[in-house]
Amino acid sequence: MHPRIVKLFLALVLCTGSLFPAFAQTPAASAGSTADQLAKLQTQVANAQSSADNAWMLVSAALVLMMTGPGLALFYGGLVRKKNVLATMMQSFAMMAIITVLWALVSYSLAFDSGTSFIGGLHHIFLRGVGLVPDTDYSATLPLQTFMIYQLMFAIITPALITGAFAERMKFSAMALFLILWSIFVYSPMAHMVWGKGGFLNASLGGRFPTLDFAGGTVVHVTSGVSALVCALYLGKRVGYPKEAMPPHSVVLSFIGACLLWVGWFGFNAGSALGSGPLATSAFVNTHFGAAGAALSWMLAEWIRSGKPSALGGISGAVAGLVAITPAAGFVQPMSAIVIGLLAGAFCYFMVIKVKNWFGYDDSLDAFGVHGAGGTLGAVLTGLFASSAINPIFKDAQGNTLPSGAVDGNWHQVLNQLVGIGLAWIISIVGTLILLKLVDLTVGLRVSRDQETEGLDLTQHGEEGYDFAS
Amino acid sequence: MQKIEAVIQPSKLDAVKDALLEVGIEGMTILEARGHGRQKGHTEFYRGREYTVDLLPKIKLEMVVPDELVEKAVQAILSSARSGKIGDGKIFISKIDEAIRIRNDERGPSAL
Repeated sequence: MHPRIVKLFLALVLCTGSLFPAFAQTPAASAGSTADQLAKLQTQVANAQSSADNAWMLVSAALVLMMTGPGLALFYGGLVRKKNVLATMMQSFAMMAIITVLWALVSYSLAFDSGTSFIGGLHHIFLRGVGLVPDTDYSATLPLQTFMIYQLMFAIITPALITGAFAERMKFSAMALFLILWSIFVYSPMAHMVWGKGGFLNASLGGRFPTLDFAGGTVVHVTSGVSALVCALYLGKRVGYPKEAMPPHSVVLSFIGACLLWVGWFGFNAGSALGSGPLATSAFVNTHFGAAGAALSWMLAEWIRSGKPSALGGISGAVAGLVAITPAAGFVQPMSAIVIGLLAGAFCYFMVIKVKNWFGYDDSLDAFGVHGAGGTLGAVLTGLFASSAINPIFKDAQGNTLPSGAVDGNWHQVLNQLVGIGLAWIISIVGTLILLKLVDLTVGLRVSRDQETEGLDLTQHGEEGYDFAS
Repeated sequence: MQKIEAVIQPSKLDAVKDALLEVGIEGMTILEARGHGRQKGHTEFYRGREYTVDLLPKIKLEMVVPDELVEKAVQAILSSARSGKIGDGKIFISKIDEAIRIRNDERGPSAL
């Protein structure tokens, strides 16, 4: 007989053999009391749910990491001139290493320990008490380490987004120092206020001004986008901007990066359900519809204005839509998601193409125009479109569902959203200004004029992205 | 001996090579070049910013040929590289004093 067939036959025999003992055990198991059986069953059900949630959350954490590297690294890397491609990619990659260590040392504790209304305490520094047992305030089914590592991926991508504003002109050392400080003094407090226990803006854990931010519209995109604008203004323009032509050196790289961002964003938004239930489905669906709507409206705006829909326009629109749907993902109906996307694509197009030129700042890769503007718009629209039919987040003392957003009749939520947005803008502007000043006085922010002309790949890293001669 | 330098559209390279081979030109050097003559470039848009690209990709062929082959070679290039539109390129011809084959010191037209 053919050896493969022999193997198959043996495998079948083994399988059937292992079935019989199982049948034999069934009557024996029923010997225990009904109460014992029920308790056992409950534990098994809880374990099964925990495993299902944990599986999705670990995949989501990996997806969110993929957004930074290679997603954002490629997206930004393609948009710069070829002498700066590696330096730009390194800025994203460096966050994957630096923020990870920082998170373990102190910033996880500052974000998610109970602490005050504005910042977490220090009980979890060095990840003390962050084990495999769930923290029921955050999630009853996830090992706390799963929650911790998932939140870390957000802390990594947020400072990496800012690098788009100062691309092609900041020292690597200054960038690293500034973003470490930024992560501690801007990101951690903001994450604590919106998502941390007792946070000032926390909607599900009793905040003073409950702001709806499902996956980080204010925490991630408003903070990074507004800080990016401050960076662009503080550092000043690149040498030669805007007279010299600085077209993207490879829209192909950006294209791959943006598509990876789109896929990774399912982990970002649907993962923010912190479980694998129907809420994750809702966030997943909305994420996709938001991205599609904005890709469409940016391309259409461009088609009408300059006669051609471009690849760069399509992917920029998709990212803008993903940004805007982020705070709304687990709160709105799919049709609302399309509307949010359509509005975000057109609005961010207007910010990038018109507003940037009116004011003349050099937000090199449009971190503010896409993340700051899209995040702010998305956070406002979340207050408008949040529906208690999707996510009954507000309840009265008796446990009855209260209206979520303006579509439910709760116009007050729009005001709450504005408080959250306002706070995010203020903490980003003030924090970034102080930290930039500090780094400027100590290590200096910009590379020299000569180094900028030569390119950051060679002067900061001693490498070249493309060496076709070898 | 004369040197023929021809700047042509990149898309015409294969046709020109075949035509030159047919008239008996055995060797040539090809360079990827950028440039423009009276043909102006085009504009590109990236996130609303307009960039004028005035140096366009071209191919430059260089060959040194015996005097009796010059006219045939020129005709071969003209007929194969011409599309009739602006941007088809140019041919330059100049005298060559000496040619030396590195392998064996051979000199003059027999070194070509």
